[in-house]
Amino acid sequence: MGSLSNQEIINHIQETFPNLVVSSQESFGMMTIEVQADQVKNLFQFLYENSELQFQFLTDLCGIHFPDQSGKELGVVYHLHSLVNNYRIRIKAFIPKANPQIDSVSDIFKSANWQERETFDFYGIEFLGHPNLKRILNVDEMDYFPLRKEYPLEDQHRTDKNDSYFGR
Amino acid sequence: MSIQIADAPPGIQGQGFFATSLDKAVGLARANSLWPLPFATSCCGIEFMATMASNYDMARFGSERLSFSPRQADLLMVMGTIAKKMGPVVRQVYLQMAEPRWVIAVGACASSGGIFDTYSVLQGIDKVIPVDVYVPGCPPRPEQIIDGITKIQELVKNEPLRRRNSQEYQALMASYGIK
Amino acid sequence: MENNLNTTFEEQSKAYTTLNLGPTHPATHGIFQNILTMDGEIIIDSEQTVGYIHRAFEKIAEHRPFYQVTPLTDRLNYCSSPINNMGWHMTMEKLLGVSVPKRVDYMRVIVMELARISDHLVCNSVIGVDTGALTGFTYVFQWREKIYDIYEEICGARLTTNIGRIGGMERDFSKEVIAKIEDFLSGFPKVFDEFCSLLERNRIFMDRTIGTGPITAEKALNYGFTGPNLRATGVDYDVRVMNPYSSYGDFDFTIPIGINGDTYDRFMVRQEEIRESLKIIRQALNNLPEGKYFAEVPSFYLPPKEEVYHNMEALIWHFKIVMGEADVPVGEIYHSVEGGNGELGYYLVSDGGRAAYRLHFRRPCFIYYQAFPEMVKGSTLSDAIVAMSSMNVIAGELDA
Repeated sequence: MGSLSNQEIINHIQETFPNLVVSSQESFGMMTIEVQADQVKNLFQFLYENSELQFQFLTDLCGIHFPDQSGKELGVVYHLHSLVNNYRIRIKAFIPKANPQIDSVSDIFKSANWQERETFDFYGIEFLGHPNLKRILNVDEMDYFPLRKEYPLEDQHRTDKNDSYFGR
Repeated sequence: MSIQIADAPPGIQGQGFFATSLDKAVGLARANSLWPLPFATSCCGIEFMATMASNYDMARFGSERLSFSPRQADLLMVMGTIAKKMGPVVRQVYLQMAEPRWVIAVGACASSGGIFDTYSVLQGIDKVIPVDVYVPGCPPRPEQIIDGITKIQELVKNEPLRRRNSQEYQALMASYGIK
Repeated sequence: MENNLNTTFEEQSKAYTTLNLGPTHPATHGIFQNILTMDGEIIIDSEQTVGYIHRAFEKIAEHRPFYQVTPLTDRLNYCSSPINNMGWHMTMEKLLGVSVPKRVDYMRVIVMELARISDHLVCNSVIGVDTGALTGFTYVFQWREKIYDIYEEICGARLTTNIGRIGGMERDFSKEVIAKIEDFLSGFPKVFDEFCSLLERNRIFMDRTIGTGPITAEKALNYGFTGPNLRATGVDYDVRVMNPYSSYGDFDFTIPIGINGDTYDRFMVRQEEIRESLKIIRQALNNLPEGKYFAEVPSFYLPPKEEVYHNMEALIWHFKIVMGEADVPVGEIYHSVEGGNGELGYYLVSDGGRAAYRLHFRRPCFIYYQAFPEMVKGSTLSDAIVAMSSMNVIAGELDA
């Protein structure tokens, strides 16, 4: 049961991957690093296999959309947990909306399988190397990616609702 | 403690016989032995489980035998949110039921979409199938669900025999695209 | 009928059938579909379709003020909604930098452990129902009604509770609440022992459940399992112990773990967790500290009505809260609690506005249900049904 400090983690990562980390900060107690999207899979392989770090549990994988950051609109946010050291880390990778592709980590962490499908369903981010990348929660015929900021929450094709009652 | 006896339907009574109209007798029999199909999708389904359990026992009202097969059910109880992905499934289950069939929409989500005014939720199951009784609530208390069942029982008791062949009913079915 | 004499016996027997289990099925407790490829009675492969109750919680949360997200969290794992509510309130408190009084922590622990008992009772009695034992279900649900009575006394609702506020609880525990909890704690253990004696050493139940739907600890960790399903494989990961929240460190309880990760282990882990939860509630009730039942969070916690009528500042806060004009720090935060099914996490990205910029729920059911094909490969259909019900898949949490 080791204990890691935030600085040790950053040093470890920067030794192995010199140009990978774009920015890092501590956000409400959790170390958050933003990395280049094309190196994400190598980084995860390293974090999984390194005997000191042992980040062998993928807690969470989700997408996010910042329409104002041109060239880096869509992002994938990973939360990893090292159970042995009781240390959590958040890794973010941003990709452009014009070409939203990133490597899939589902062969390292099997729990990423459905979570990547959900991120694809909501944001349209394509995970290269995913065994079965199709929509999971929405209907298969849906032709847009609903959680992107440009799409509204409500169904726009309703005929029975009078918008004036709802202040719109 | 006074005992309340339910009113008999209007009829002619004599020594050892009671004559009433056929639809009243059939309605009485049907109402007190409805076989529900619990179509429980979410939170309202858990309240339904509480209604079927011993504290609020729904079997007192004749719904002892739950049928999960639509071919053998009288009453389709849709409890919970119906997403647009689930709409065709509800419709197919309804079509597989034999006449006479009734539908009760339990909960706000089944009645009108509830708090989920979103792109993925069907805003009320009456968009795909005709509904007889709506029970509002999020989730409704078991007493309210039982109140809905007693209203269905009133509908069943007073239903004329030729209702399913009447013009209005055929028009209603046609408006949903059901033959 | 054509009798094809040119096929060998092996070829004829290798014709697989496809069986559609769901989305509406009496044994799948929730709506999700399993398409099973079967060789006679043995399952070769299965493919799942989920999303039949997708209600777009994450999109809704981007359009609602922060305290309006609590009713959404209710409807995630609706068998234990207080845990979801508390997790969300703790996330918001972490974001706002609010520390709540000890009394609030203990009250929250009591409510959360009652919810955990309620969730595990549903799961275990339904495992019994799926093996044909209906008595346990009707017997135990009677006592679940008592938990509902306690919730009703605290917050007014039975199932989707919306308990608590950002910063504490909405009202103190009244004498009736304490009396009802004492009543529950004194009466429930005997009833629970009867339920246990029906199933735990029951020969038929053990034959049905031991060895069905097994998974190893390494595979479970790789699939992201948490909660009782993971503890049944032998890994003692419990968020209450690893990252304690709400003063869980003050209580003395053990984490039950299993050996094989099969259905019987999952059942037994949940049984033991109910016993541990009873211990925790007893300790919390005995040591309930005095103090206030809310912290000072004027931008989210409604001031008492007497002050609203007489105090200008309180009136302004009341207006701002109801209109949803609250100042929140910018940042991103991840907080997790031990839900009925495992680690329920909230990832909140706030941009300072009145609604969250992005709120993602880390839903344990969604993550561990993808391991189901691996768990049932090679088992019979009846074993698969029992394994599925022992995983406690709640459709609301699966699809969100």
